Amino acid sequence: MTTTAVLAQAQQRLSNAELLADDPLWLTLIKVVVLFIVVMLTLALLVWAERRVLGRLQNRPGPNRAGPFGMLQSIADALKLSLKEDIRPARADKWVYIMAPIIGGIPPFLAMAVMPFGGEVTMFGVQTALQVVDLPVGVLVVLACSSVGVYSIVLAGWSSGSPYPLLGALRSAAQVISYEIAMGLSIVGVVLFAGSLSTADIAAAQSGGWFAWILPISFVIYLISMVGETNRAPFDLPEAESELVGGFHTEYTSLKFLMFFLAEYANMVVVSAFATTLFLGGGAVPWPLSAIADNALSSGYWPLLWFGLKTALLIFGFIWARAALPRLRYDQFMKFGWKVLVPLNLVWIVAVTALRVLRNAEGVTSGQRIVIIGVAVAVLVLGSLLLPGRQVADEEPQVPLAGSGYPLPPLDLTVPTPPRQRRTVRARAEQPREAVTASGKEAGDGNA
Amino acid sequence: MTGLVLAQAATGAADTVTTGEAVAFWILGPLALAGGLGMLFARNAVHSALWLAMSMLSLGVLYMVQQAPFLGFVQIIVYTGAVMMLFLFVLMLVGRDSSDSVVEVLRGQRLAASVFGLGFGVLVVAAVARSLTQVTPAGLNQVNTTGGGNVSNIGRSLFTDYLFPFELTSALLITAALGAMVLAFTGHDRKRRTQRETVVARFRGEHARPSPLPGPGVFATANSVATPALLQDGSVAPESLSEIIEATAAEQLAEDLAEVSGRVAGPDPRALRGPAGTATAPPGASATAGASAAEGES
Repeated sequence: MTTTAVLAQAQQRLSNAELLADDPLWLTLIKVVVLFIVVMLTLALLVWAERRVLGRLQNRPGPNRAGPFGMLQSIADALKLSLKEDIRPARADKWVYIMAPIIGGIPPFLAMAVMPFGGEVTMFGVQTALQVVDLPVGVLVVLACSSVGVYSIVLAGWSSGSPYPLLGALRSAAQVISYEIAMGLSIVGVVLFAGSLSTADIAAAQSGGWFAWILPISFVIYLISMVGETNRAPFDLPEAESELVGGFHTEYTSLKFLMFFLAEYANMVVVSAFATTLFLGGGAVPWPLSAIADNALSSGYWPLLWFGLKTALLIFGFIWARAALPRLRYDQFMKFGWKVLVPLNLVWIVAVTALRVLRNAEGVTSGQRIVIIGVAVAVLVLGSLLLPGRQVADEEPQVPLAGSGYPLPPLDLTVPTPPRQRRTVRARAEQPREAVTASGKEAGDGNA
Repeated sequence: MTGLVLAQAATGAADTVTTGEAVAFWILGPLALAGGLGMLFARNAVHSALWLAMSMLSLGVLYMVQQAPFLGFVQIIVYTGAVMMLFLFVLMLVGRDSSDSVVEVLRGQRLAASVFGLGFGVLVVAAVARSLTQVTPAGLNQVNTTGGGNVSNIGRSLFTDYLFPFELTSALLITAALGAMVLAFTGHDRKRRTQRETVVARFRGEHARPSPLPGPGVFATANSVATPALLQDGSVAPESLSEIIEATAAEQLAEDLAEVSGRVAGPDPRALRGPAGTATAPPGASATAGASAAEGES
């Protein structure tokens, strides 16, 4: 199905789908295994990097004991976690409880298979592309994987047989589903411009300019919704560390918990890689370097480096956002998703479509185009003036103020003296304490 | 893997079943069938929903094998991802122990259901029989190779030949969504109270009590949310019992509830601080007593 779909578009360069169609089975297997190993290593690195970067941003060293720069910390953590006791609550639904983390762990790896890491290479004497499989509906594969991943959250919460995880799961699933809509809508603009749902075609369509520049609003909405989609700070309401017990995985321990942990980080990698594919040109080399030797740095195995760097940059954004931004309240968060991101996205899609129709329409001169766009912008600006401004509440101040505008104590305030009896008791108690502090000071000097 | 093999094989003949296709069918077909049967026979409503989800997933993969990748993935996104998820939401919120009501609300429901079910069966059998004998399959090769492939052709069909049904469907969905909103709207268009106003209203007696409900676990033997709060005299604070927890876990916790509510002679609260001889009441005795008390209640 992949070959036939793309053969119709006669191109000089072979597209990824054509290259991949002739892959022998063993080569595909090798690619799958390598991709799996690379993603697993990335996850280990990511857990370490997050803790280090977060530490750096908070003026503390972060893990620095295991291995050079603490790089083996995630391996130590994984070992420790997998050796913990595996607890299953008495009221858990056995099979669903076991299945939930497995369902969560698989989809992100599946989604990585359609990521176009690069173009044509020769691998073990076979001409192929740096991608496991290229489907004509690659974008939908990623969306389908994330929608199957929601099952793991919901089932984990429900099967634990305890109210905390259930509530956490419902919050989490509602959040993921809401932000999946904003995410899906932000992809529409990209698909309109690329004219294809295949990830490789979308990456290839950005040779003239990254969609991040052409569709900035889609890009920003995608960036926001991808954080919401992966349940990460500042949208980590389902498992808000400082507020909740633990969210949908409260009752999970040991390897099963590790699986959820892994799935969350793998999802981060997937949405970042997807953003790279959709908006940042996939494996294409960034601008100043693309001038070198007629874009030589975009051929062969080089795209792997650029793809990895762009993905890493986006993941760094995740960590940065976690360190810098306070958590939203749940209703604010939902309101933002449904009442800001989705309508804005719809308006933007209409605008993009109108622009494309204008551009493709025959018999419209560029002058007329500019006039039409100008009129539309002017109508928008004038319309925005008609919107009522925000009401400023002019209520009576609740606290009586004195003089300077700050609530101050009255000038003739007398501090009540404590009753006589208690004063004497305290005086008696204070006498030996002085002796103690003196000796403590000596001890402190000795320590120093 | 099978998908790739099939993709290469499918370009050849339109109406022959390749090995890969047969293998995929004999794996996915029984899975889908098992999902359907499991949905019917599962005791638990959530398990039913899961079996159905498995059925839908298998169908989605079958579509992909049948050269309809768009349909396959949309099936997974829309049916498995959205529709079944909403079902699960409702089932979980209703509570897993709520059993089906056996009272028939509609008159003649069973008769109508049997008639319509039989009619549907006849239709399906007739259609399948006809398709097996009289219809020559057109195959998707021609559609998938010309005019930009599978996805483009589906899009073109939707927005040209089938535009009216498509828009009609969306109108139906919007109507349903609006209807749900109207039904769910509780009509609180009054101005929202500030915190101060709420507090004043509380103390004026507009609420059931001025303070929030007692938190679970306060004065109780454990800090679990499933443990009721105890008042100073050792009795259970009834307002601390969550209805959700009662509904979901009543049987499992009956013993514990009986113990903390003082209906069963548990260990003496002062036992831990008392003299060494009286510290431990025999645990077996209290457990059996709790069980018998729970049985007597239910």
